[in-house]
Amino acid sequence: MTALVLIEIEQGQVRQASRSAIAAASHFGDVDVLLFGEGVDAASALSGVRKVLHVPAAPHLLAEPTAAFIAQHAEAYSHILSPASATGKNVLPRVAGLLDVQPLTDVIEIKGDDTFVRPIYAGNALVTVQSADRIKVLTIRSSNFDPVDATGGSAAVEVLDLPAEDEKSRFVRVELSNSDRPELEVARVIISGGKGVKDARNFETLLAPVADKLDAAIGASRAAVDAGFAPNEMQVGQTGKIVAPELYIAVGLSGALQHLAGMKDSRTIVAINIDPDAPIFKVADYGLVGDLFEVMPELAKAL
Amino acid sequence: MKVLVPVKRVVDYNIKPRVAADGSGVETQGVKMSMNPFDEIALEEALRLREKGHAQEVVAVSIGPQAAQDTLRTAMAMGADRAILIRTDAELEPLAVAKLLQAVVEREQPGLVSMGKQAIDDDMNATGQILAAKLGWPQGTFASEVIVDNGSAIVSREIDGGVEVVSLTLPAVITADLRLNEPRYASLPNIMKARKKPLETIEADSLDVDIAPRLKVVSVSEPPAREAGVIVKSVEELVNKLKTEAKVLP
Ligand SMILES: Cc1cc2nc3c(=O)[nH]c(=O)nc-3n(C[C@H](O)[C@H](O)[C@H](O)COP(=O)(O)OP(=O)(O)OC[C@H]3O[C@@H](n4cnc5c(N)ncnc54)[C@H](O)[C@@H]3O)c2cc1C
Repeated sequence: MTALVLIEIEQGQVRQASRSAIAAASHFGDVDVLLFGEGVDAASALSGVRKVLHVPAAPHLLAEPTAAFIAQHAEAYSHILSPASATGKNVLPRVAGLLDVQPLTDVIEIKGDDTFVRPIYAGNALVTVQSADRIKVLTIRSSNFDPVDATGGSAAVEVLDLPAEDEKSRFVRVELSNSDRPELEVARVIISGGKGVKDARNFETLLAPVADKLDAAIGASRAAVDAGFAPNEMQVGQTGKIVAPELYIAVGLSGALQHLAGMKDSRTIVAINIDPDAPIFKVADYGLVGDLFEVMPELAKAL
Repeated sequence: MKVLVPVKRVVDYNIKPRVAADGSGVETQGVKMSMNPFDEIALEEALRLREKGHAQEVVAVSIGPQAAQDTLRTAMAMGADRAILIRTDAELEPLAVAKLLQAVVEREQPGLVSMGKQAIDDDMNATGQILAAKLGWPQGTFASEVIVDNGSAIVSREIDGGVEVVSLTLPAVITADLRLNEPRYASLPNIMKARKKPLETIEADSLDVDIAPRLKVVSVSEPPAREAGVIVKSVEELVNKLKTEAKVLP
Protein backbone atom coordinates (compact mmCIF):
# COMPACT_ATOMS: atom_id res chain seq x y z
CA MET A 1 0.00 0.00 0.00
CA THR A 2 1.19 3.49 -0.83
CA ALA A 3 -0.16 6.83 0.31
CA LEU A 4 0.01 10.18 -1.45
CA VAL A 5 0.06 13.38 0.60
CA LEU A 6 -0.67 16.83 -0.84
CA ILE A 7 1.77 19.17 0.92
CA GLU A 8 1.97 22.93 1.27
CA ILE A 9 4.99 25.21 1.53
CA GLU A 10 5.19 28.38 3.53
CA GLN A 11 8.24 30.64 3.42
CA GLY A 12 10.32 27.88 1.87
CA GLN A 13 9.41 25.33 4.55
CA VAL A 14 6.95 22.45 4.46
CA ARG A 15 4.08 23.46 6.73
CA GLN A 16 3.93 21.62 10.02
CA ALA A 17 0.36 20.53 9.28
CA SER A 18 1.62 18.82 6.11
CA ARG A 19 4.29 17.01 8.12
CA SER A 20 1.56 15.77 10.50
CA ALA A 21 -0.39 14.44 7.52
CA ILE A 22 2.75 12.58 6.38
CA ALA A 23 3.00 11.04 9.85
CA ALA A 24 -0.61 9.89 9.53
CA ALA A 25 0.05 8.54 6.03
CA SER A 26 2.97 6.44 7.24
CA HIS A 27 0.44 4.14 8.97
CA PHE A 28 -0.43 2.79 5.53
CA GLY A 29 3.03 1.98 4.10
CA ASP A 30 5.20 3.98 1.69
CA VAL A 31 4.51 7.70 1.42
CA ASP A 32 4.85 9.88 -1.67
CA VAL A 33 4.24 13.60 -1.45
CA LEU A 34 2.80 15.91 -4.08
CA LEU A 35 4.20 19.42 -4.28
CA PHE A 36 2.98 22.24 -6.49
CA GLY A 37 5.27 25.22 -7.02
CA GLU A 38 8.49 25.97 -5.19
CA GLY A 39 10.04 24.16 -2.24
CA VAL A 40 11.33 20.96 -3.78
CA ASP A 41 14.49 20.86 -1.61
CA ALA A 42 12.46 21.12 1.57
CA ALA A 43 10.08 18.43 0.32
CA SER A 44 12.86 16.03 -0.59
CA ALA A 45 14.51 16.53 2.83
CA LEU A 46 11.36 15.38 4.68
CA SER A 47 11.89 12.35 6.79
CA GLY A 48 9.97 9.19 5.88
CA VAL A 49 9.09 10.14 2.30
CA ARG A 50 9.77 7.79 -0.62
CA LYS A 51 9.24 10.11 -3.56
CA VAL A 52 8.33 13.72 -4.31
CA LEU A 53 5.96 14.27 -7.21
CA HIS A 54 6.81 17.82 -8.20
CA VAL A 55 4.67 20.05 -10.38
CA PRO A 56 6.76 23.22 -10.79
CA ALA A 57 3.87 25.33 -12.11
CA ALA A 58 0.57 26.25 -10.42
CA PRO A 59 1.50 27.84 -7.12
CA HIS A 60 -2.04 28.79 -6.12
CA LEU A 61 -3.47 25.31 -5.64
CA LEU A 62 -6.83 26.16 -7.22
CA ALA A 63 -9.24 23.31 -6.52
CA GLU A 64 -10.14 22.51 -10.12
CA PRO A 65 -6.72 21.79 -11.71
CA THR A 66 -5.24 20.46 -8.45
CA ALA A 67 -8.02 17.95 -7.90
CA ALA A 68 -8.00 16.91 -11.56
CA PHE A 69 -4.26 16.28 -11.36
CA ILE A 70 -4.54 14.22 -8.17
CA ALA A 71 -7.44 12.19 -9.55
CA GLN A 72 -5.37 11.41 -12.64
CA HIS A 73 -2.56 9.95 -10.52
CA ALA A 74 -4.80 8.41 -7.88
CA GLU A 75 -4.98 4.82 -9.10
CA ALA A 76 -1.38 4.20 -8.01
CA TYR A 77 -2.35 4.90 -4.40
CA SER A 78 -4.43 3.24 -1.70
CA HIS A 79 -4.77 6.42 0.37
CA ILE A 80 -4.74 10.11 -0.55
CA LEU A 81 -4.26 12.58 2.29
CA SER A 82 -3.77 16.19 3.20
CA PRO A 83 -4.07 18.14 6.41
CA ALA A 84 -7.52 19.59 7.13
CA SER A 85 -6.15 22.99 6.12
CA ALA A 86 -8.14 25.44 3.99
CA THR A 87 -6.43 23.98 0.91
CA GLY A 88 -6.95 20.37 1.95
CA LYS A 89 -10.61 20.95 2.77
CA ASN A 90 -11.10 22.65 -0.58
CA VAL A 91 -9.27 20.18 -2.80
CA LEU A 92 -9.62 16.67 -1.34
CA PRO A 93 -13.41 16.34 -1.31
CA ARG A 94 -13.31 17.40 -4.96
CA VAL A 95 -10.79 14.62 -5.62
CA ALA A 96 -13.17 12.21 -3.88
CA GLY A 97 -16.01 13.44 -6.09
CA LEU A 98 -13.94 12.80 -9.22
CA LEU A 99 -13.03 9.31 -7.98
CA ASP A 100 -16.58 8.61 -6.77
CA VAL A 101 -15.49 7.79 -3.23
CA GLN A 102 -16.74 9.14 0.11
CA PRO A 103 -14.03 11.31 1.72
CA LEU A 104 -13.29 11.26 5.44
CA THR A 105 -12.51 14.72 6.73
CA ASP A 106 -10.77 15.84 9.91
CA VAL A 107 -9.58 12.35 10.88
CA ILE A 108 -8.18 12.24 14.43
CA GLU A 109 -7.15 8.60 14.69
CA ILE A 110 -6.21 5.79 12.34
CA LYS A 111 -7.28 2.36 13.58
CA GLY A 112 -6.37 0.40 10.48
CA ASP A 113 -6.07 0.69 6.71
CA ASP A 114 -9.80 1.24 6.37
CA THR A 115 -10.94 2.30 9.85
CA PHE A 116 -10.80 5.87 11.08
CA VAL A 117 -12.08 8.05 13.92
CA ARG A 118 -13.45 11.54 13.37
CA PRO A 119 -15.37 14.01 15.53
CA ILE A 120 -18.98 14.93 14.73
CA TYR A 121 -21.46 17.41 16.29
CA ALA A 122 -18.80 20.01 17.14
CA GLY A 123 -16.64 17.39 18.79
CA ASN A 124 -19.41 16.22 21.14
CA ALA A 125 -19.20 12.72 19.71
CA LEU A 126 -16.52 10.61 18.07
CA VAL A 127 -17.47 8.22 15.30
CA THR A 128 -15.42 5.25 14.19
CA VAL A 129 -16.11 4.34 10.58
CA GLN A 130 -14.92 1.65 8.22
CA SER A 131 -14.61 2.64 4.58
CA ALA A 132 -15.43 0.24 1.76
CA ASP A 133 -14.00 2.55 -0.92
CA ARG A 134 -11.12 1.33 -3.07
CA ILE A 135 -9.14 4.55 -2.53
CA LYS A 136 -9.41 6.30 0.82
CA VAL A 137 -9.41 10.09 0.65
CA LEU A 138 -8.68 11.64 4.04
CA THR A 139 -7.98 15.02 5.56
CA ILE A 140 -6.09 14.89 8.82
CA ARG A 141 -6.52 16.97 11.97
CA SER A 142 -2.89 17.86 12.39
CA SER A 143 -2.99 18.48 16.15
CA ASN A 144 -3.58 14.73 16.62
CA PHE A 145 -0.45 13.54 14.79
CA ASP A 146 3.16 14.38 15.67
CA PRO A 147 4.79 15.82 12.56
CA VAL A 148 7.62 13.94 10.82
CA ASP A 149 11.01 15.67 10.87
CA ALA A 150 11.59 18.37 8.30
CA THR A 151 15.09 17.06 7.63
CA GLY A 152 16.98 13.79 7.41
CA GLY A 153 15.35 12.40 4.27
CA SER A 154 16.50 12.39 0.67
CA ALA A 155 13.46 11.44 -1.37
CA ALA A 156 13.70 11.04 -5.14
CA VAL A 157 12.04 13.79 -7.16
CA GLU A 158 9.84 13.15 -10.17
CA VAL A 159 8.89 16.25 -12.16
CA LEU A 160 5.42 16.26 -13.69
CA ASP A 161 3.50 18.68 -15.89
CA LEU A 162 0.15 20.14 -15.05
CA PRO A 163 -2.22 19.48 -17.95
CA ALA A 164 -3.61 22.63 -19.56
CA GLU A 165 -5.96 24.37 -17.14
CA ASP A 166 -9.63 24.37 -17.94
CA GLU A 167 -9.82 28.07 -17.02
CA LYS A 168 -13.23 27.81 -15.39
CA SER A 169 -11.61 29.27 -12.32
CA ARG A 170 -8.94 31.89 -12.09
CA PHE A 171 -6.81 33.14 -9.21
CA VAL A 172 -7.31 36.88 -8.71
CA ARG A 173 -5.37 37.80 -5.58
CA VAL A 174 -4.59 36.85 -2.02
CA GLU A 175 -4.55 39.11 1.03
CA LEU A 176 -2.52 37.60 3.84
CA SER A 177 -2.45 39.17 7.26
CA ASN A 178 1.17 39.38 8.23
CA SER A 179 1.90 38.70 11.83
CA ASP A 180 5.18 38.11 13.62
CA ARG A 181 3.45 35.84 16.07
CA PRO A 182 3.50 32.05 15.77
CA GLU A 183 0.73 30.49 13.70
CA LEU A 184 -2.28 29.32 15.70
CA GLU A 185 -1.97 25.71 14.55
CA VAL A 186 1.61 25.30 15.71
CA ALA A 187 1.80 27.63 18.71
CA ARG A 188 2.75 26.09 22.07
CA VAL A 189 0.71 28.74 23.85
CA ILE A 190 -2.47 30.48 22.65
CA ILE A 191 -4.25 33.37 24.27
CA SER A 192 -7.76 33.92 22.92
CA GLY A 193 -10.08 36.83 23.44
CA GLY A 194 -13.84 36.97 23.23
CA LYS A 195 -16.63 39.47 23.22
CA GLY A 196 -15.65 40.51 26.74
CA VAL A 197 -12.44 42.12 25.43
CA LYS A 198 -14.75 44.85 24.06
CA ASP A 199 -12.68 46.24 21.16
CA ALA A 200 -9.74 45.69 18.80
CA ARG A 201 -7.48 48.06 20.71
CA ASN A 202 -7.86 46.00 23.88
CA PHE A 203 -6.61 42.95 21.98
CA GLU A 204 -3.40 44.95 21.50
CA THR A 205 -3.14 46.56 24.91
CA LEU A 206 -4.37 43.67 27.08
CA LEU A 207 -3.73 40.41 25.19
CA ALA A 208 -0.62 41.23 23.16
CA PRO A 209 1.68 41.98 26.14
CA VAL A 210 0.89 38.57 27.65
CA ALA A 211 1.30 36.91 24.25
CA ASP A 212 4.71 38.60 23.87
CA LYS A 213 5.94 37.22 27.19
CA LEU A 214 4.80 33.68 26.37
CA ASP A 215 5.64 33.69 22.64
CA ALA A 216 1.96 32.89 22.19
CA ALA A 217 -0.36 33.07 19.20
CA ILE A 218 -3.50 35.15 19.59
CA GLY A 219 -6.90 33.61 18.87
CA ALA A 220 -10.49 34.83 19.06
CA SER A 221 -14.07 33.69 19.45
CA ARG A 222 -16.55 34.17 16.66
CA ALA A 223 -18.26 36.95 18.55
CA ALA A 224 -14.94 38.81 18.74
CA VAL A 225 -14.32 38.29 15.02
CA ASP A 226 -17.86 39.35 14.08
CA ALA A 227 -17.49 42.47 16.17
CA GLY A 228 -14.32 43.32 14.26
CA PHE A 229 -11.92 42.92 17.20
CA ALA A 230 -9.83 40.37 15.31
CA PRO A 231 -9.51 39.06 11.72
CA ASN A 232 -11.33 35.90 10.53
CA GLU A 233 -8.28 33.70 10.41
CA MET A 234 -7.87 34.10 14.17
CA GLN A 235 -11.17 32.38 14.91
CA VAL A 236 -10.88 29.21 16.97
CA GLY A 237 -13.75 26.72 16.92
CA GLN A 238 -15.93 24.27 15.04
CA THR A 239 -15.87 26.49 12.00
CA GLY A 240 -12.55 28.20 12.56
CA LYS A 241 -9.20 26.70 13.49
CA ILE A 242 -8.87 23.57 15.60
CA VAL A 243 -5.97 23.90 18.00
CA ALA A 244 -4.46 21.84 20.79
CA PRO A 245 -1.60 23.82 22.34
CA GLU A 246 0.07 23.04 25.64
CA LEU A 247 -1.53 26.10 27.18
CA TYR A 248 -4.76 27.82 26.07
CA ILE A 249 -5.77 30.98 27.90
CA ALA A 250 -9.40 32.01 27.27
CA VAL A 251 -10.08 35.62 28.14
CA GLY A 252 -13.57 37.12 28.23
CA LEU A 253 -15.15 34.36 26.20
CA SER A 254 -18.08 32.32 27.44
CA GLY A 255 -17.12 28.89 26.08
CA ALA A 256 -19.96 28.15 23.64
CA LEU A 257 -20.14 24.60 22.24
CA GLN A 258 -18.79 25.85 18.92
CA HIS A 259 -15.77 27.47 20.54
CA LEU A 260 -14.97 24.48 22.76
CA ALA A 261 -14.95 22.31 19.62
CA GLY A 262 -11.79 24.08 18.55
CA MET A 263 -9.73 24.05 21.74
CA LYS A 264 -10.87 21.46 24.25
CA ASP A 265 -8.01 19.12 23.42
CA SER A 266 -5.50 21.68 24.67
CA ARG A 267 -3.29 20.21 27.39
CA THR A 268 -3.93 22.92 29.97
CA ILE A 269 -6.81 25.39 29.75
CA VAL A 270 -7.01 28.62 31.71
CA ALA A 271 -10.19 30.70 31.83
CA ILE A 272 -10.41 34.31 32.87
CA ASN A 273 -14.01 35.48 33.07
CA ILE A 274 -16.06 37.77 35.25
CA ASP A 275 -19.03 35.39 35.26
CA PRO A 276 -18.48 32.40 37.59
CA ASP A 277 -21.19 30.46 35.72
CA ALA A 278 -19.60 30.83 32.28
CA PRO A 279 -19.45 27.38 30.60
CA ILE A 280 -15.74 27.86 29.88
CA PHE A 281 -15.04 27.08 33.57
CA LYS A 282 -16.36 23.55 32.97
CA VAL A 283 -13.39 22.71 30.77
CA ALA A 284 -10.78 24.93 32.39
CA ASP A 285 -8.02 23.36 34.47
CA TYR A 286 -7.50 26.72 36.16
CA GLY A 287 -10.21 29.32 36.39
CA LEU A 288 -9.88 32.87 37.58
CA VAL A 289 -13.12 34.72 38.20
CA GLY A 290 -12.40 38.37 37.64
CA ASP A 291 -12.47 41.44 35.42
CA LEU A 292 -10.09 40.93 32.54
CA PHE A 293 -9.31 44.64 32.49
CA GLU A 294 -7.68 44.21 35.89
CA VAL A 295 -6.42 40.65 35.52
CA MET A 296 -4.59 40.99 32.21
CA PRO A 297 -2.22 43.84 33.18
CA GLU A 298 -1.46 41.96 36.41
CA LEU A 299 -0.78 38.79 34.47
CA ALA A 300 1.55 40.58 32.05
CA LYS A 301 3.48 41.89 35.02
CA ALA A 302 3.64 38.55 36.83
CA LEU A 303 5.16 36.70 33.89
CA MET B 1 -30.56 32.80 -13.74
CA LYS B 2 -31.96 30.39 -11.22
CA VAL B 3 -30.19 29.75 -7.91
CA LEU B 4 -30.49 26.36 -6.23
CA VAL B 5 -30.02 26.30 -2.46
CA PRO B 6 -29.64 22.92 -0.73
CA VAL B 7 -30.74 23.08 2.93
CA LYS B 8 -30.31 20.45 5.64
CA ARG B 9 -32.40 19.76 8.74
CA VAL B 10 -30.05 19.29 11.69
CA VAL B 11 -30.09 19.27 15.50
CA ASP B 12 -30.35 22.92 16.56
CA TYR B 13 -26.93 24.47 17.16
CA ASN B 14 -27.83 25.47 20.73
CA ILE B 15 -28.47 21.90 21.81
CA LYS B 16 -25.68 19.87 23.36
CA PRO B 17 -25.87 16.54 21.57
CA ARG B 18 -26.03 13.29 23.55
CA VAL B 19 -24.55 10.04 22.40
CA ALA B 20 -27.10 7.20 22.44
CA ALA B 21 -26.47 4.68 25.21
CA ASP B 22 -26.00 1.82 22.74
CA GLY B 23 -23.29 3.70 20.85
CA SER B 24 -25.24 3.67 17.60
CA GLY B 25 -25.34 7.41 17.09
CA VAL B 26 -26.47 10.71 18.55
CA GLU B 27 -29.95 11.12 20.10
CA THR B 28 -32.27 12.97 17.73
CA GLN B 29 -35.66 11.77 19.05
CA GLY B 30 -37.58 14.66 20.56
CA VAL B 31 -34.65 17.03 20.03
CA LYS B 32 -35.20 20.48 18.52
CA MET B 33 -34.27 20.51 14.84
CA SER B 34 -33.49 23.57 12.70
CA MET B 35 -32.03 24.59 9.39
CA ASN B 36 -28.26 24.17 9.34
CA PRO B 37 -26.91 27.70 10.10
CA PHE B 38 -24.61 27.75 7.08
CA ASP B 39 -27.55 26.96 4.81
CA GLU B 40 -29.42 29.98 6.12
CA ILE B 41 -26.44 32.07 5.04
CA ALA B 42 -26.33 30.42 1.61
CA LEU B 43 -30.05 31.06 1.19
CA GLU B 44 -29.70 34.68 2.29
CA GLU B 45 -27.03 35.18 -0.35
CA ALA B 46 -29.30 33.72 -3.03
CA LEU B 47 -32.12 36.03 -1.96
CA ARG B 48 -29.80 39.02 -2.16
CA LEU B 49 -28.74 38.00 -5.67
CA ARG B 50 -32.40 37.92 -6.64
CA GLU B 51 -33.00 41.31 -5.03
CA LYS B 52 -30.07 42.75 -6.99
CA GLY B 53 -31.52 41.38 -10.21
CA HIS B 54 -28.81 38.76 -10.79
CA ALA B 55 -31.22 35.91 -10.20
CA GLN B 56 -34.87 35.47 -11.14
CA GLU B 57 -35.73 32.46 -9.06
CA VAL B 58 -34.48 30.87 -5.83
CA VAL B 59 -35.27 27.18 -5.37
CA ALA B 60 -34.63 25.44 -2.04
CA VAL B 61 -34.01 21.71 -2.02
CA SER B 62 -33.70 19.36 0.91
CA ILE B 63 -32.91 15.67 0.98
CA GLY B 64 -34.21 13.53 3.79
CA PRO B 65 -37.33 12.36 5.60
CA GLN B 66 -40.78 13.88 5.33
CA ALA B 67 -40.00 16.14 8.31
CA ALA B 68 -37.47 18.03 6.18
CA GLN B 69 -40.56 19.75 4.73
CA ASP B 70 -40.45 22.02 7.79
CA THR B 71 -36.99 23.20 6.80
CA LEU B 72 -38.19 23.89 3.28
CA ARG B 73 -41.17 25.87 4.62
CA THR B 74 -38.70 27.94 6.63
CA ALA B 75 -36.65 28.51 3.48
CA MET B 76 -39.74 29.69 1.63
CA ALA B 77 -40.74 31.90 4.57
CA MET B 78 -37.32 33.53 4.29
CA GLY B 79 -38.01 34.13 0.61
CA ALA B 80 -37.31 31.07 -1.56
CA ASP B 81 -39.81 30.94 -4.45
CA ARG B 82 -40.42 27.20 -4.31
CA ALA B 83 -39.03 24.04 -2.82
CA ILE B 84 -38.20 20.46 -3.69
CA LEU B 85 -38.01 17.60 -1.19
CA ILE B 86 -36.02 14.57 -2.27
CA ARG B 87 -37.63 12.15 0.11
CA THR B 88 -35.76 9.25 1.66
CA ASP B 89 -35.46 7.69 5.09
CA ALA B 90 -31.99 6.33 4.30
CA GLU B 91 -28.89 7.59 6.12
CA LEU B 92 -27.07 9.62 3.53
CA GLU B 93 -23.39 10.41 3.17
CA PRO B 94 -22.21 13.58 1.40
CA LEU B 95 -21.32 11.56 -1.72
CA ALA B 96 -24.91 10.31 -1.97
CA VAL B 97 -26.33 13.77 -1.26
CA ALA B 98 -24.10 15.25 -3.97
CA LYS B 99 -25.33 12.66 -6.46
CA LEU B 100 -28.98 13.38 -5.67
CA LEU B 101 -28.28 17.10 -5.95
CA GLN B 102 -26.60 16.47 -9.28
CA ALA B 103 -29.84 14.91 -10.50
CA VAL B 104 -31.76 17.98 -9.33
CA VAL B 105 -29.26 20.32 -11.00
CA GLU B 106 -29.59 18.45 -14.26
CA ARG B 107 -33.34 18.84 -14.09
CA GLU B 108 -33.49 22.45 -12.88
CA GLN B 109 -30.45 23.84 -14.74
CA PRO B 110 -29.55 26.56 -12.21
CA GLY B 111 -26.83 29.09 -12.95
CA LEU B 112 -25.53 28.83 -9.41
CA VAL B 113 -25.72 26.44 -6.49
CA SER B 114 -25.39 28.31 -3.20
CA MET B 115 -24.86 26.02 -0.20
CA GLY B 116 -23.37 25.92 3.29
CA LYS B 117 -19.71 25.06 3.80
CA GLN B 118 -20.52 22.35 6.32
CA ALA B 119 -23.39 20.80 8.23
CA ILE B 120 -23.04 21.16 11.99
CA ASP B 121 -24.01 17.52 12.59
CA ASP B 122 -21.57 15.48 10.50
CA ASP B 123 -19.10 18.41 10.23
CA MET B 124 -17.99 16.92 6.92
CA ASN B 125 -17.40 20.00 4.76
CA ALA B 126 -17.48 18.01 1.54
CA THR B 127 -20.85 18.02 -0.22
CA GLY B 128 -20.33 21.23 -2.23
CA GLN B 129 -16.91 20.17 -3.44
CA ILE B 130 -18.16 16.70 -4.44
CA LEU B 131 -21.13 18.21 -6.26
CA ALA B 132 -18.89 20.64 -8.16
CA ALA B 133 -16.63 17.73 -9.16
CA LYS B 134 -19.59 15.65 -10.36
CA LEU B 135 -20.94 18.54 -12.43
CA GLY B 136 -17.52 19.59 -13.73
CA TRP B 137 -18.26 23.08 -12.40
CA PRO B 138 -15.83 25.43 -10.66
CA GLN B 139 -16.19 25.87 -6.91
CA GLY B 140 -15.91 28.85 -4.56
CA THR B 141 -15.69 27.36 -1.09
CA PHE B 142 -15.74 29.15 2.31
CA ALA B 143 -17.07 32.28 0.62
CA SER B 144 -17.11 35.54 2.57
CA GLU B 145 -18.09 37.69 -0.40
CA VAL B 146 -19.71 36.93 -3.76
CA ILE B 147 -19.97 39.38 -6.65
CA VAL B 148 -21.86 38.19 -9.71
CA ASP B 149 -20.91 39.99 -12.87
CA ASN B 150 -21.29 39.18 -16.53
CA GLY B 151 -21.41 35.39 -16.37
CA SER B 152 -18.85 35.04 -13.64
CA ALA B 153 -18.69 35.09 -9.86
CA ILE B 154 -15.87 36.82 -8.03
CA VAL B 155 -15.58 34.97 -4.73
CA SER B 156 -13.56 35.98 -1.68
CA ARG B 157 -12.61 32.87 0.24
CA GLU B 158 -11.52 32.49 3.84
CA ILE B 159 -8.18 30.69 3.85
CA ASP B 160 -5.70 29.86 6.63
CA GLY B 161 -3.72 33.08 6.55
CA GLY B 162 -6.28 35.56 5.21
CA VAL B 163 -8.50 35.92 2.17
CA GLU B 164 -8.12 34.60 -1.38
CA VAL B 165 -10.10 35.95 -4.31
CA VAL B 166 -10.99 33.73 -7.27
CA SER B 167 -13.03 34.31 -10.39
CA LEU B 168 -15.36 31.51 -11.48
CA THR B 169 -17.14 31.07 -14.79
CA LEU B 170 -20.82 30.36 -14.14
CA PRO B 171 -22.43 27.93 -13.56
CA ALA B 172 -20.61 27.27 -10.31
CA VAL B 173 -20.99 25.91 -6.80
CA ILE B 174 -20.44 28.30 -3.91
CA THR B 175 -20.24 27.27 -0.25
CA ALA B 176 -20.99 29.93 2.34
CA ASP B 177 -18.86 30.77 5.33
CA LEU B 178 -20.24 32.46 8.45
CA ARG B 179 -19.14 35.93 7.45
CA LEU B 180 -20.84 35.99 4.05
CA ASN B 181 -23.91 37.76 5.43
CA GLU B 182 -26.42 38.02 8.27
CA PRO B 183 -29.48 35.90 7.38
CA ARG B 184 -32.87 37.56 7.70
CA TYR B 185 -35.66 36.31 9.94
CA ALA B 186 -38.89 35.02 8.51
CA SER B 187 -41.70 37.43 9.42
CA LEU B 188 -45.10 36.10 10.47
CA PRO B 189 -46.85 37.22 7.25
CA ASN B 190 -44.11 35.54 5.24
CA ILE B 191 -44.47 32.34 7.24
CA MET B 192 -48.18 32.38 6.35
CA LYS B 193 -47.42 33.07 2.68
CA ALA B 194 -44.87 30.25 2.60
CA ARG B 195 -47.64 27.75 3.25
CA LYS B 196 -49.02 28.50 -0.18
CA LYS B 197 -45.76 28.30 -2.08
CA PRO B 198 -45.17 25.16 -4.16
CA LEU B 199 -43.39 22.27 -2.48
CA GLU B 200 -42.75 19.32 -4.75
CA THR B 201 -41.84 15.90 -3.35
CA ILE B 202 -39.71 13.49 -5.35
CA GLU B 203 -38.94 10.01 -4.04
CA ALA B 204 -35.17 9.52 -3.95
CA ASP B 205 -35.66 5.98 -5.25
CA SER B 206 -37.21 7.32 -8.43
CA LEU B 207 -34.02 9.19 -9.38
CA ASP B 208 -31.94 6.13 -10.26
CA VAL B 209 -28.97 7.26 -8.17
CA ASP B 210 -26.70 4.91 -6.22
CA ILE B 211 -26.94 6.17 -2.64
CA ALA B 212 -25.67 3.07 -0.86
CA PRO B 213 -23.35 4.06 2.00
CA ARG B 214 -19.61 3.60 1.58
CA LEU B 215 -18.91 3.92 5.28
CA LYS B 216 -19.92 1.54 8.02
CA VAL B 217 -20.36 3.12 11.43
CA VAL B 218 -18.44 0.89 13.86
CA SER B 219 -19.29 2.93 16.95
CA VAL B 220 -20.16 6.37 18.24
CA SER B 221 -18.73 7.38 21.59
CA GLU B 222 -18.41 10.35 23.90
CA PRO B 223 -15.06 12.10 23.76
CA PRO B 224 -12.95 11.59 26.89
CA ALA B 225 -14.14 14.00 29.59
CA ARG B 226 -11.68 16.49 31.03
CA GLU B 227 -10.88 16.25 34.71
CA ALA B 228 -12.51 18.93 36.81
CA GLY B 229 -10.32 21.98 37.27
CA VAL B 230 -9.81 24.37 40.14
CA ILE B 231 -10.73 28.00 40.69
CA VAL B 232 -7.71 30.07 41.72
CA LYS B 233 -7.99 33.20 43.85
CA SER B 234 -5.34 35.42 42.31
CA VAL B 235 -3.04 35.98 39.34
CA GLU B 236 -0.13 35.04 41.57
CA GLU B 237 -1.69 31.66 42.41
CA LEU B 238 -2.48 31.09 38.74
CA VAL B 239 1.07 31.72 37.57
CA ASN B 240 2.41 29.62 40.39
CA LYS B 241 0.20 26.66 39.47
CA LEU B 242 1.06 26.96 35.77
CA LYS B 243 4.73 26.75 36.72
CA THR B 244 4.79 24.09 39.41
CA GLU B 245 1.68 21.98 38.86
CA ALA B 246 0.89 22.13 35.12
CA LYS B 247 4.54 22.80 34.26
CA VAL B 248 3.59 24.73 31.14
CA LEU B 249 5.58 27.81 32.11
CA PRO B 250 9.30 27.88 32.82
C1 LIG C 1 -22.86 27.61 12.90
C2 LIG C 1 -22.11 28.30 13.98
C3 LIG C 1 -20.74 28.18 14.01
C4 LIG C 1 -20.01 28.81 15.02
N1 LIG C 1 -18.66 28.67 15.04
C5 LIG C 1 -17.95 29.24 16.02
C6 LIG C 1 -16.52 29.08 16.11
O1 LIG C 1 -15.89 28.44 15.27
N2 LIG C 1 -15.86 29.68 17.13
C7 LIG C 1 -16.52 30.43 18.09
O2 LIG C 1 -15.85 30.95 19.00
N3 LIG C 1 -17.84 30.58 18.03
C8 LIG C 1 -18.57 30.02 17.02
N4 LIG C 1 -19.92 30.22 16.98
C9 LIG C 1 -20.52 31.20 17.90
C10 LIG C 1 -20.77 30.68 19.29
O3 LIG C 1 -22.01 30.02 19.32
C11 LIG C 1 -20.79 31.83 20.31
O4 LIG C 1 -21.74 32.78 19.89
C12 LIG C 1 -19.46 32.55 20.45
O5 LIG C 1 -18.42 31.62 20.65
C13 LIG C 1 -19.52 33.50 21.61
O6 LIG C 1 -18.35 34.27 21.69
P1 LIG C 1 -17.85 34.88 23.07
O7 LIG C 1 -17.67 33.78 24.03
O8 LIG C 1 -16.68 35.73 22.78
O9 LIG C 1 -19.04 35.87 23.44
P2 LIG C 1 -20.06 35.80 24.64
O10 LIG C 1 -20.78 34.51 24.64
O11 LIG C 1 -20.83 37.06 24.55
O12 LIG C 1 -19.15 35.81 25.93
C14 LIG C 1 -18.47 36.91 26.40
C15 LIG C 1 -17.92 36.53 27.74
O13 LIG C 1 -17.09 37.60 28.21
C16 LIG C 1 -17.27 37.70 29.62
N5 LIG C 1 -16.88 39.06 30.00
C17 LIG C 1 -17.49 40.22 29.66
N6 LIG C 1 -16.84 41.26 30.20
C18 LIG C 1 -15.80 40.77 30.89
C19 LIG C 1 -14.77 41.34 31.68
N7 LIG C 1 -14.67 42.66 31.84
N8 LIG C 1 -13.87 40.54 32.26
C20 LIG C 1 -13.95 39.18 32.11
N9 LIG C 1 -14.91 38.59 31.38
C21 LIG C 1 -15.82 39.37 30.78
C22 LIG C 1 -18.72 37.39 29.84
O14 LIG C 1 -18.93 36.94 31.16
C23 LIG C 1 -18.97 36.28 28.81
O15 LIG C 1 -18.78 35.01 29.38
C24 LIG C 1 -20.67 29.58 16.00
C25 LIG C 1 -22.05 29.70 15.97
C26 LIG C 1 -22.77 29.06 14.98
C27 LIG C 1 -24.25 29.20 14.96
